[in-house]
Amino acid sequence: MLRLDNVSTFYGKIQALHNVSLEVNQGEILTLIGANGAGKTTLMMTICGDPRAHGGHIEFDGQQIQHLNTSDIMRQGLAVVPEGRRIFSAMTVEENLFMGSFFRGKEESEEQLEHVLELFPRLKERYSQRGGTMSGGEQQMLAIGRALMSKPRLLLLDEPSLGLAPIIIQQIFEIIEKLREEGVTIFLVEQNAHQALKIADRGYVLENGRIVMSGTGDALLNDDSVRKAYLGG
Amino acid sequence: MQRALFPALFAAGVTFLLTCLVIGVRLEQEGPTLTVVGADASTWGWIAFAVVVVFLFQLFQGPISRLKQRIPSADATGLLPGEQMRNRLKPWLFSLIIVGLFVWPFMVSRGAVDLATLTLIYVMLGLGLNIVVGFAGLLDLGYVAFYAVGAYTYALLSEYFGLSFWACLPIAGLLAATFGCILGFPVLRLRGDYLAIVTLGFGEIIRILLNNWTSVTGGPNGIGGIDKPSLFGLEFSRRASEGSQTFHEFFGIDYDSSHKVIFLYLVAVLLVLLTIYVINRVQRMPIGRAWEALREDDIACRSLGLNPTVIKLSAFTMGASFAGFAGCFFAARQGFISPESFTFIESAIILAIVVLGGMGSQFGVILAAIAMTILPELAREFQEYRMLMFGGVMVLMMLWRPQGLLPMKRPHLELKTS
Repeated sequence: MLRLDNVSTFYGKIQALHNVSLEVNQGEILTLIGANGAGKTTLMMTICGDPRAHGGHIEFDGQQIQHLNTSDIMRQGLAVVPEGRRIFSAMTVEENLFMGSFFRGKEESEEQLEHVLELFPRLKERYSQRGGTMSGGEQQMLAIGRALMSKPRLLLLDEPSLGLAPIIIQQIFEIIEKLREEGVTIFLVEQNAHQALKIADRGYVLENGRIVMSGTGDALLNDDSVRKAYLGG
Repeated sequence: MQRALFPALFAAGVTFLLTCLVIGVRLEQEGPTLTVVGADASTWGWIAFAVVVVFLFQLFQGPISRLKQRIPSADATGLLPGEQMRNRLKPWLFSLIIVGLFVWPFMVSRGAVDLATLTLIYVMLGLGLNIVVGFAGLLDLGYVAFYAVGAYTYALLSEYFGLSFWACLPIAGLLAATFGCILGFPVLRLRGDYLAIVTLGFGEIIRILLNNWTSVTGGPNGIGGIDKPSLFGLEFSRRASEGSQTFHEFFGIDYDSSHKVIFLYLVAVLLVLLTIYVINRVQRMPIGRAWEALREDDIACRSLGLNPTVIKLSAFTMGASFAGFAGCFFAARQGFISPESFTFIESAIILAIVVLGGMGSQFGVILAAIAMTILPELAREFQEYRMLMFGGVMVLMMLWRPQGLLPMKRPHLELKTS
C-alpha cells in the first residue's frame, strides 16, 4: 500500500535518514521502533512531505507522492496523528472533528462522525467541551478521532502513548487493533516497543537513520538484540 | 513588604527621572543662546507628590489587590433574562438597534451625524482587520494601504473616467482585494514579527508611491472635488449638474445641506450592516473554521490536508476588500484625499481598535471603534493632554482587561447527527 524506496532525508547538511526502504501492506499494523533520535518521527514526516525526501521514492497506492505538497499528500487517503496530539485547544470536540472531515462531503462526514463517536464514547460525553480542557488521554482520542474523520485507508500514528498512563495506553492500543479489524491499515511509530510489537503484524527497527532489522512482531519481540536494546533485557 | 521595597524604589526613581526631564526643566531661548530653566516651586511640589504616590502604590500593591478581591463583585447575571428568553429577545433587540440607527440622525445635530459617519468608517475598518488579525492571527501593520487603495481607486476613476460612487464601490473592493492577494503571495510564508515588518513596509510603499507619483495622483496636493454618492441618480448638491436632478427638487422640498450628511451616514450604516452580515456568514462557513484552526495550530492544519497558504491568503484578501470599501466611502465623504490620510498612525489606530475590542469578537470591535473615535472628540477640551489621556487609558485597559472589552465568544457549529 505504502512503499518507501531508498529514501534519504536531510536537515540542512545533516542526514537524518539513510536509504530507508520499507513497505506497509494492506490491512496490517506495521510498527517502527527505535531509540530517541533514531529518525522515527523524521521518517513519518518525510512520508507527509515535510521535510521532503532528498532521494528515493515514496509510493502510495501505486502513485508517487514524494513531490507533492504536504496538504495534497494528506488528501490522498492517508491521515496522520502528529506527535504531541496537536488538537485545536480552543475549539470544541465537535469542531475539532469537523476540521478532520474538511474535504469530505456532508453525508460522508456525518456517517464517519457517528462511527468515530461509537469508537470513542468518551468523545460523545465531551462533545461540546473545548479540546484544551480535556485530559491527555481524551485529547489523544480526539486526535485519533479527528484523523479518522477523513476516512483514511492508511493511518499514521506518531507515538500515541506519549505521556499517558498505562491504563489509557491499553485503551488506545485496543482501539488501534479494532481499527485494523475494520480494514484500516496502520503505521505505528512507538517508543513503547513492548506494547507496539505485541499488536503489530510486522515491525522495523530504526537505528541512527537506518533500518537495522525487520520481521514479524513476535519474532522481533523474542529477538535477543531487540530485547536488550529496547525491552530492558 | 520587604520584597516590594526595591521595585517601589525603582518605580519612584523612574517616575522622578521622567517627570524631571519632561516637566521639571525647560529650554528657553534668550537671544542666540539656549538656557535651561528650572520649573517653579509648585511644579516641583506636584512632581514630588507624583513620586510619592507611585512609591506608595508600588509598595502596597499586594495589600491593595487583595483588598480589591475581597470586595464582592456584583453578580449581574441574575439581572439578565434566562437563556431561552435571551434567544427570543435577540432578534428584537437587533431590529431595535437597526431601526434606531436609521431614525437617530434625524433628531440630532449635523456634527453628531458627521462624527457617527466617521465612527462607522472605523467600524468597517476594524471589522475588516479583525478577519486578518483576530480570526487568522496574522499581524498586519500595513492595513491602511488597502484603505488607501480603495480611496484612490474611487478618486482616480471619478476624476479621469467620471465613474459614479456606486460603480466604483465594488471596483475599489476588488482592487484592494487584488492588492491583498499580490502582497499576500510573497509574505505569507513569513510569520509573527517578520510578517508584521513586511506589511508595515508595504503600507509605507503605497503611501510613498501615492505621494511621489505626482502626474497621476497629484502627489501631496491630493485629489479634490470628488463626487458625492447619489441616490438613484439624484444629487445632493444645491444645483444639479448637467443632465441630472437634485434630491430636493425631485421631492419638492427646500434645499438643506444636512440632507447630504444624513444620506452619507445612511450609506455608511448600510455598508457596515453588510460587512457585519457577510463576516458573520463567513465565520460560520468552513473557511472561517479553517482560519481559526490555522491560528491555533499550523502543523495540525497541514496534517489534515489544509493548505495554509491558501487559507491565509483568503483571510488577507477578504480583510483587504473591506478596507477597499471603507476607503471608497471615505473618499466620497471627504471629497478630498491626500497621502496624509493614510499614514502609519491610521494602521496603528485600527489595530488598537481590534486589540481593544477583544481579538476576533465582532461586537467588541464595534464597541472599541466607537470608543476610539468618540472619546478623543469628547476630550477635545483637554487639548494637548488628550493623547496623554488616551495613552493612559490604553495602559489601564491592558492592566485590567488584557483580553479586550468583549473577548471573542465563539459561535457553535452544529453538525446534525441523526
